[in-house]
Amino acid sequence: MLSYVLKRLAQLVVVAFIISVLVFLLVHLLPGDPTSIILGGNDTAANRQILLHQLGLNTPIYHQYWIWLIHALHGNLGQSYLTRETVGHVIASGFPIDVELIIISQVVAFAVAIPVALITARRPNRPLDNIATTGTFGLLALPPFLIAPILVAIFAVGLHWFPATGYVPFSQNPATNLHDMILPGLALTAGSIAVYYRLLRSDLIMTLQEDFITMARSKGLSDRRIMMRQAFRPSTFSLLAVAGVNIGALLAGTFIVEYLFAMPGLGYSIVQAVQQRDYLIVQGIALVVAIAYVVLQFIIDFLFTVVDPRVTRE
Amino acid sequence: MSARRAGRPADRTLEFPDVTDLADPLLVVNDLHTSFRTGRGTVHAVDGVSLTVGRGKTLGIVGESGSGKTVLARSIMGLLPTRDVIRSGTVLFAGHEMTTMAPAQLRQVWGAQMSMIFQDPMTALNPVVRIGRQITDSLRLHLRLDRREAHTTAVELLRSVGIPSPEERARWYPFQLSGGMRQRVMIAIALACAPRLVLADEPTTGLDVSVQAQILDLLEAMQSERHMAVVLVTHDLGVVAKRADEIAVMYAGRIVERAPTRTLFAHTHMPYTRALMDSIPRLANPSGTRLQAIAGRPPDLIHPPKGCRFAPRCPYAQDKCRESDPPLRTAASSDHVFACWFPLVDRMPADGSAKSSASAVDYEAPSS
Amino acid sequence: MADERKLHSPGVSSSLGIFPGQTPPLVVATALADPPVDDDILAKRPLGALFWFALVWVAVVASMAIIANWLPLPNPNHQNYTAINASPGIHHILGTDDLGRDLLSRIIFGARVSLVVGFASVAIGMLIGGTLGLISGFKGGRLDVALNAGSFVILAFPAIVAVIAIVAFWGQTLAKITIIIGVGTVPIMFRVVRASSLAFANRDFVIAARTLGATGTRIVFREILPNVMPAAVSFGLITVAGVIVLEGSLAFLGLSVALPTPSWGNLIAEGTANGNLSINPYILMWPALAMFLLLLSINLIGDRLRQRFDVREGLL
Repeated sequence: MLSYVLKRLAQLVVVAFIISVLVFLLVHLLPGDPTSIILGGNDTAANRQILLHQLGLNTPIYHQYWIWLIHALHGNLGQSYLTRETVGHVIASGFPIDVELIIISQVVAFAVAIPVALITARRPNRPLDNIATTGTFGLLALPPFLIAPILVAIFAVGLHWFPATGYVPFSQNPATNLHDMILPGLALTAGSIAVYYRLLRSDLIMTLQEDFITMARSKGLSDRRIMMRQAFRPSTFSLLAVAGVNIGALLAGTFIVEYLFAMPGLGYSIVQAVQQRDYLIVQGIALVVAIAYVVLQFIIDFLFTVVDPRVTRE
Repeated sequence: MSARRAGRPADRTLEFPDVTDLADPLLVVNDLHTSFRTGRGTVHAVDGVSLTVGRGKTLGIVGESGSGKTVLARSIMGLLPTRDVIRSGTVLFAGHEMTTMAPAQLRQVWGAQMSMIFQDPMTALNPVVRIGRQITDSLRLHLRLDRREAHTTAVELLRSVGIPSPEERARWYPFQLSGGMRQRVMIAIALACAPRLVLADEPTTGLDVSVQAQILDLLEAMQSERHMAVVLVTHDLGVVAKRADEIAVMYAGRIVERAPTRTLFAHTHMPYTRALMDSIPRLANPSGTRLQAIAGRPPDLIHPPKGCRFAPRCPYAQDKCRESDPPLRTAASSDHVFACWFPLVDRMPADGSAKSSASAVDYEAPSS
Repeated sequence: MADERKLHSPGVSSSLGIFPGQTPPLVVATALADPPVDDDILAKRPLGALFWFALVWVAVVASMAIIANWLPLPNPNHQNYTAINASPGIHHILGTDDLGRDLLSRIIFGARVSLVVGFASVAIGMLIGGTLGLISGFKGGRLDVALNAGSFVILAFPAIVAVIAIVAFWGQTLAKITIIIGVGTVPIMFRVVRASSLAFANRDFVIAARTLGATGTRIVFREILPNVMPAAVSFGLITVAGVIVLEGSLAFLGLSVALPTPSWGNLIAEGTANGNLSINPYILMWPALAMFLLLLSINLIGDRLRQRFDVREGLL
């Protein structure tokens, strides 16, 4: 068990390192640098040289990376060239927003997908199942930038149930915070519902054809009990794996929703920073996202050993 | 003991009084038909089967794969899916008609009064459920035991089927056990609530030869201890030769010969039964004797051939066999029935001295 | 259970790629696949009325987009200040926006962006990634190992950062955006085509062709390619839907084609901005509806084709 954890941790470090190098290279190898944005009207060649020196951008790229890495390992990710805000602060204030959005969208997705799959998998290709399957295609055709404005139009502008934009930190006012988070969370959930539902349904249908289900029936267990206590758990393996991929895609992938609802999350911060060549912000967020992603995979791997006793931890 | 469920009024509790009259049969199956609707047509898997199992007795059902014996067992129990399955006929179990029972009533019978042992313990045990819980499930459901009582009983059951250190094994998962151990667990599950009837569907097919006899002996010991009736479904006549009170030979969805074991071996009427006998190794034969394989394959059950279904493969088949279907007839003794126009006994001396005549004693389970 | 284990390989789990915030096409395709059921009836299901509706919708949108210049439509960028926020009517079938531009015209011209980016970039990905995948899966060896590892690394990288950065630097034109996204789909197409190419490379008919002395090129194009096509096409269509979403997301943020060129993503953004939601919901409604129906149709067509060709092997 311990060796397994250590091995996985080593993999985590390697992946996070590779991603940080790639991001660093990408941002630095593209033409253009932040000096013109910082200098604005004072953009003369001399000023530019001074600024490049001050920012440490005139040294070789591997040197820049090395300096950045050493600082990062000490917890210092630098500060924005433009706003002077520390990268650590941007991340600390933005990351909880992403996490909360992801949690809300995933809780809703599982809460919808699992019961519906449990109901329809018992009678596949019957009317109820066909309706749900058609619904899946509908949900897959509702990406966040499409469904978010519709949700705003109906629930914020039309019914005034929720605010159209705005964000209050959870620590300040939990109730308001949750209230504000509902629409953006829902906007992210459609695709997850569709994919989770289809996967679980498909695996349940396969599981229900297994001998051990007939065996459970022959013991006199009720259909409901068989579904919940015999069929569900062995049907969750691919659901779990795909949830890992999907949540990974949501890390820093929440930018549309954050933009629309004016929330200072990491997703939108990174998009903005890329456009403004705000290197240190991009690198810092990319590093955090990479680490979060790798940690997520670690958690999913661990959950596999919980769900399926055959997966050993060696 | 009766299965009681605190259910809705509609789920009338079935009563299973203890019957002392041994002449009263436990299971009476009459003209059972089971067919499946498929894309290519309707498969008549079970085609008019009638049989009787006495209390505490063993009935062997023997046939090649594809003869419909597994479907028959599941059909008797009512375990087949309802969709695309057509079933007719009657199944009278301890005085209750099974074919018309509501699902809730069936569940009072399943596991409590009638249970099944499956062919492959690898796939029939839930891979992600500890074996202890797979036993306690039915104990808690049917016998209303609480968690602790059920656990104690489950451990006792594991011990009684010969699982070493059962306390510890109860916490294991199926994949941690060997094939033979898994089949023992399956027997423990099937016997948990002391059912009156156990349907064992090829219980030893997936196992090593050396383990097969152990499992069959265990089943036999449990049977006499608990006075259960057993329906032993197998493709291997050798398996049932010494263990069954009565044997029914199945071919293409029908019973083609049925008799008490001794009678069947002494007065084999059906060429198919003889072919099955010749295809098993026999200790009495000199070493080097070739086993007789049955040529050809079982017929298509969507479009069964005209006449006797065994005729295309039968060495004795005549024109009449290919033209008309032989009915099930009674032989010399009233408990022996067969379906053949030209039974083997008519062609052979009645004293049974012919070379191919045999008795059940000659047959051994393959392992012994 | 073998399939599920395969699915949970670390490489696949790291398919961030260019599709952030949306379910990656590989996952969508896996999720839509039907479970194997012991039932021959299901195998040859008719394509169904929905399939034909979907095909007609895509055809209508595509042909309108192609002949848009010759249609009797007002210039999509012409601002008619006498008809601001007009309701749907005779002069403007779908109404006008807050600058008096004709919505039908903007939607039809905007369809060009979605369709060109969607289909052309997947075509680029298919051409490059597919060719590499065919060869890699067939040849195996060191080349395969290298390409395979490379695609893993690229897919593990949050490529949206790259897409945004390159678009911002290189320029917001239709052709450039198509190329950038197209290159982004290369590793995905590579993985899918490689997987099926690998599966077919060891089939009897391919081994037979080899024994008969057919050249590698001939085997790849005559024996393997035709067999890989169904999976590649049906998966490609699902990726087209994914790319249209990606382009829409970028356009929504103003990072796709430069304004005022209409695209459905920036039309939806426009419908959301400046209080238009409450003043004139049509600006949002029409492009949203068009986008919804297009995505629905493409996914449906892709799924029905997969079903028809019985593409069931693990895409992952």
